[in-house]
Amino acid sequence: MGKKDVKVEEVPDPKILMRQDAIVRITSTTICGSDLHLYDGFIPTMEKGDILGHEFMGEVVELGSEVKNLKVGDRVVVPFPIACGRCSMCQRTLFSLCENSNPNAHIAAALMGHSPAGIFGYSHMMGGYAGGQSQYVRVPFADVGPIKVPDGIPDEKVLFLSDIFPTGYYAAENCNIKPGDVVAVWGCGPVGQFAIASAYLLGAERVIGIDRFEYRLRWAREKAGAETINYEEVDVKETLDEMTGGRGPDACIDAVGLEAHAPGFVGAYDRAKQAVKLETDRPIVLREMIMSCRNGGTLSIAGVYGGFIDKFPIGAVMNRALTIKTGQTPVQRYMQPLLQRILNGDIDPGFVVSHHMSLDEAPRGYEMFVNKENEAMKIILKP
Amino acid sequence: MAKAVQLARFLGWFSFGLGLPGVAAPKQFTQFIGVKGDLEDRKWSYVVGVREIIAGAGLLIQPRPVIWAWSRVAGDVMDIALLGRALSSKKAKKPDRTAMALAAVAGITLVDLYDSLALSRKPAGASKKNKEVEAMQVKKAITISRSPEEVYQFWHNFENLPRFMQHLHSVQVTGDKKSHWKAKAPAGTTVEWDAEIIMDTPNERIAWRSLEGADVENSGSVTIKPAPGGMGTEILVDLSYKPPAGPIGAAVAKLFGEEPSQQIQQDLRRFKQIMEIGEVVVSDATFHERPHPARPPETTANKETKAKK
Ligand SMILES: NC(=O)c1ccc[n+]([C@@H]2O[C@H](COP(=O)([O-])OP(=O)(O)OC[C@H]3O[C@@H](n4cnc5c(N)ncnc54)[C@H](O)[C@@H]3O)[C@@H](O)[C@H]2O)c1
Ligand SMILES: [Zn+2]
Ligand SMILES: [Zn+2]
Repeated sequence: MGKKDVKVEEVPDPKILMRQDAIVRITSTTICGSDLHLYDGFIPTMEKGDILGHEFMGEVVELGSEVKNLKVGDRVVVPFPIACGRCSMCQRTLFSLCENSNPNAHIAAALMGHSPAGIFGYSHMMGGYAGGQSQYVRVPFADVGPIKVPDGIPDEKVLFLSDIFPTGYYAAENCNIKPGDVVAVWGCGPVGQFAIASAYLLGAERVIGIDRFEYRLRWAREKAGAETINYEEVDVKETLDEMTGGRGPDACIDAVGLEAHAPGFVGAYDRAKQAVKLETDRPIVLREMIMSCRNGGTLSIAGVYGGFIDKFPIGAVMNRALTIKTGQTPVQRYMQPLLQRILNGDIDPGFVVSHHMSLDEAPRGYEMFVNKENEAMKIILKP
Repeated sequence: MAKAVQLARFLGWFSFGLGLPGVAAPKQFTQFIGVKGDLEDRKWSYVVGVREIIAGAGLLIQPRPVIWAWSRVAGDVMDIALLGRALSSKKAKKPDRTAMALAAVAGITLVDLYDSLALSRKPAGASKKNKEVEAMQVKKAITISRSPEEVYQFWHNFENLPRFMQHLHSVQVTGDKKSHWKAKAPAGTTVEWDAEIIMDTPNERIAWRSLEGADVENSGSVTIKPAPGGMGTEILVDLSYKPPAGPIGAAVAKLFGEEPSQQIQQDLRRFKQIMEIGEVVVSDATFHERPHPARPPETTANKETKAKK
């Protein structure tokens, strides 16, 4: 109920508030790396009593009067960004930038200039929507977001269509991969695992995963097929240079975000940060990617940033013609094609699951995931 | 007021800039300001840095950041005390640097103080009943994925306006070009006026103004034009209110809250929502009049278990 304090409580059932709403009874939900940024207190405008959770699926139990594509009883996976489907951003399939779904747009606009879409369970600045780590959830724009999934396919195979599979895929797609390309992925958490797998799906020749937790590196090697670098053992840039004939990777993916752990290499500044266990928006991975990427290469940022960074080597970006691609994932764009990939057997997203727990054990789940205990990778919570 | 808020925003960014080095590199930071940089100093550098960052965020995010501005003043006083202590003790390794830092902080304290006082002042007219109240003019624009015809028709029926304009209670069309407006004033009261349309170019522009005898003299216009590339319609709304002297003027000054420009931008966002999706968008938190956590309303009987922060 404050920083690093998550509780399970009884709350009222959600109600239909708009004509295009659905109420979904949740069958599976998860803790995402993005929840950790809220948990650790880095995303402003959280309030005591907010319900968290933005990666979930379940069964439709109630519908608003204007919902046309769903029926009570449908089994659906719900995308984490809330999108109206009608505005100019939605029409361009930039769903995570929906112009209508954030009723608190003025707060986000004060911080960021303009507002992105609303997100379930992700601060008041992002809409003040109750999240999906619960038994029931209200889903606005039910005709636009939720995707029906066939019965008989287990939850854990389709659940991640809600967030991290499309997020890894979008990160890889943003790399504009060409045959022969080498892609480096910072962070071998669940998002990193999907970024690695997706880079292969999109034709990368080699993918290199970077982290410091040996079990996560092993996971990347054995389940996603990556080569790996432990950044606590070697210098990342030097190693990438050695591995790529001195060119650097063609594309670099940030699957870490604002809480990057400081490897202490970009000079005294970062070492000082590490010494005081600094926890603000830290561009450690961004800097390392910029320095490592080949000339004219692409930086794809999936990791979440909330505010401001400093010591950003814009000179390297400009002079070496690097491209930066980023964004909260427009999940709606990818759900159907990626569901098809799952049904075709191209990939089984269940490969990231490490634990099943009951929703009542959520506080313990948060602890395990944030501290990377018990080889936690992806934790599924069952209400 | 607006200037004070602008200054507060500047101070917000400034706070961020100041806070980061103290938090990120306390050792270098303490050396830079000329004190020893032992563990104790670094701890303070960290505390001060975190304080600056928090005050910065507060100044940037709050519509009228009075408390945050004062928090900066309090912080300045704390800095002066810390630096003063360093200067008079053996801590000042480089007294000239510490003295310079002290002078810089003293300077910024004046700015913070000025801003806090300006922000703390009640919005013009709210306190002094008989003083002339400042006129308000706001221009705001938004793009809507509908044709100019649809946008024009919806706006042209003034009875639609209270659906998205928060300060309006109701508008009644009383004649060909005439209408009667009621706006929400504080303490459940209303102010009223009659208005007439003074310009009406179909699908391009509507302008109106209040008639003689209005509680508050006001005028407004909406200019409508196709957005480039066939991407819908751009509108530009221009509203001005000239509150009279006296208690009504004071009430009117509060019609648009602390930040008229932000409130009218939100009004236009709601207008866009109605035009594009047929209703105003609400979340579990914004559904309520007052601040509410992001969870369902407390009225229903069935209780459920939810993970929450
Ligand atoms: N863009 C989006 O739409 C979107 C969607 C989902 C998640 N995310 C973000 O993706 C990021 C990862 O999510 P996750 O669920 O995998 O979280 P996670 O915490 O499980 O994974 C982060 C990993 O990064 C590693 N790491 C930390 N510092 C590093 C460094 N300096 N170099 C290399 N690796 C480092 C950690 O050891 C950890 O394994 C988060 O920032 C999350 O918010 C973004
Ligand atoms: Zn997520
Ligand atoms: Zn939209």
